[in-house]
Amino acid sequence: MKLHFDVEGGEFITAGIASSKVKKTLKQLGISPNIIRKVSISMYEAEINMVIHANGGIIDVEITPENIDIQLVDDGPGIENLDLAMQVGYSTASKEAREMGFGAGMGLPNMKRHSDDMTITTEVGKGTKVHLAFKIHE
Amino acid sequence: MGEILHSVKLDIDKCIGCTDCIKRCPTEAIRVRNGKAHIMDERCIDCGMCIRVCRNHAKKAVTEPLDKINDYAYKVAIPAPTLYTQFRNIVNPNIVLTALKKLGFDEVFEVAKAAEIITAESKRLLDDKNMPKPVISSACPAIVRLIQIRFPSLIPNILPIISPKEAMARYAKEYLMGIGIKKEDIGVFFISPCAAKVTNSKQPQVIEESYVDGVISLKEIYLKLVPVIKTIDQPERLQMSNSEGIGWAHTGGEGNASGIENHIAVDGIENVIKILEKVENGKLDDVDFIECLACVGGCLGGPLAVENAFVSSNRMDKIKKFNKNNLYKRDIPLFDHPIDMYWTKPLKTKQVLKLDDDMEKAIEKLEHLEEIYNQLPKIDCGSCGAPTCRALAEDIVCENAHIEDCVFMLREKVRDMAEQMVTLSQKMPPSISKDS
Ligand code: SF4
Ligand code: SF4
Repeated sequence: MKLHFDVEGGEFITAGIASSKVKKTLKQLGISPNIIRKVSISMYEAEINMVIHANGGIIDVEITPENIDIQLVDDGPGIENLDLAMQVGYSTASKEAREMGFGAGMGLPNMKRHSDDMTITTEVGKGTKVHLAFKIHE
Repeated sequence: MGEILHSVKLDIDKCIGCTDCIKRCPTEAIRVRNGKAHIMDERCIDCGMCIRVCRNHAKKAVTEPLDKINDYAYKVAIPAPTLYTQFRNIVNPNIVLTALKKLGFDEVFEVAKAAEIITAESKRLLDDKNMPKPVISSACPAIVRLIQIRFPSLIPNILPIISPKEAMARYAKEYLMGIGIKKEDIGVFFISPCAAKVTNSKQPQVIEESYVDGVISLKEIYLKLVPVIKTIDQPERLQMSNSEGIGWAHTGGEGNASGIENHIAVDGIENVIKILEKVENGKLDDVDFIECLACVGGCLGGPLAVENAFVSSNRMDKIKKFNKNNLYKRDIPLFDHPIDMYWTKPLKTKQVLKLDDDMEKAIEKLEHLEEIYNQLPKIDCGSCGAPTCRALAEDIVCENAHIEDCVFMLREKVRDMAEQMVTLSQKMPPSISKDS
């Protein structure tokens, strides 16, 4: 099954709606709590990143009996140095975002740690595509 | 496990099917069918929200009548600390405890005292650092059930310690048996502001068996206590607790008692849900302890309490202040026998939201659900008897409702039918048709 979300940029307060809906869907499908947790953590991080850094974007989720695939696409500024961004603690978040408790530099490493597969393609000035994959059976 | 015994029940005669309750139930456990509300047992967490919002008083918590104590030769009351805050101008717990004895109890032991012992134990567990952060308190049974059905991935974060009322019931029985009273003669009655604690005394999930023999609602005993309290000049020395234990009744009380600085205290089920969402997203693992209480004001706002929670909170401050200087406390070897304070059974996940056991079928149902939802007006009016349009769509795919239950869809159908009838009525049989 497929789910599609349009995410607004800069909306810290409502950020997380898409991940909340996906979580509810996974519960309705009876997916194990442990996997729900992994998906929650990584998808929430990705969604927040999209809100803080990329002025929003779109999220497409596909769920089959074997896998959960999440594609996040934005046309934001892109990531200049991906290797650096993957390091724990590295952050380019604005002062405002940091003051609100976001942008601690844990986003990408956390997403990688909690997903079974993560690929990022990014181009400065064009945007970023994140693909997160999870196996339903551990 | 067999049938779920719930404390919260519906009085069918009083229910007018107004749909007030379906909107506020945090687990979408209520539907109105044929003009009456129905509670779906497997989803109800006994939070008592529906008891509060029903203006026809059709929802109630089933508790034991006071007479029930007469089934036992030796009657013990274990009152929740909320009881102390219900009476105007009474700050000395000894007065309330003495009045309980006058009502017919042979002995009174405060749950507040057990709360202090539980606090010490949970501190030890928290220092142990073996538990995933944040540790979530297990004190509110409505929250434990909420986690079980809505946030199962957080089950490992729950503090696996028994509740103060359970601990006090155990201490009481051990002690009384120790001084020669026969086990079968002892009846331990919890005086409760809480519906969920009635359910979890009758059907505990994490221990084999509750030591509580009956739960009496605070509301019921309040009416009987008021005249007795007035007659007490010289209270007996019955109190053992101090401010920390008594404070457990109020939001933040448990965290304050244990002195854990890095903690969050949240009350009101909607607020709790927001915090648990954050925990599930991994956003609060820098917090040590979270105390979640289903009722606004904590147990002071319990559905079986009499006084308004904010007024009770003011009285709680006065009681705590009184207690700081009150050295008139009872000293008995009640706690010499150690008891087991830990859960002996794991808390199981309850996947009540699951649409089908077969994942492929569940996906099909969910796709169908989305289609239905997209046809519905999405205004969540509740006229169909479900709390939201989405909940109606869920009920339809689970074959518990029809799309025509939606008044808007019904109207559309009627209009289509009317149009068809007009078209049909214009088609005259050829035998009488004017044109032929
Ligand atoms: S007690 Fe709470 S969960 Fe149960 S039906 Fe009432 S509102 Fe819903
Ligand atoms: S806050 Fe207290 S009274 Fe309310 S449901 Fe929880 S334990 Fe019961």
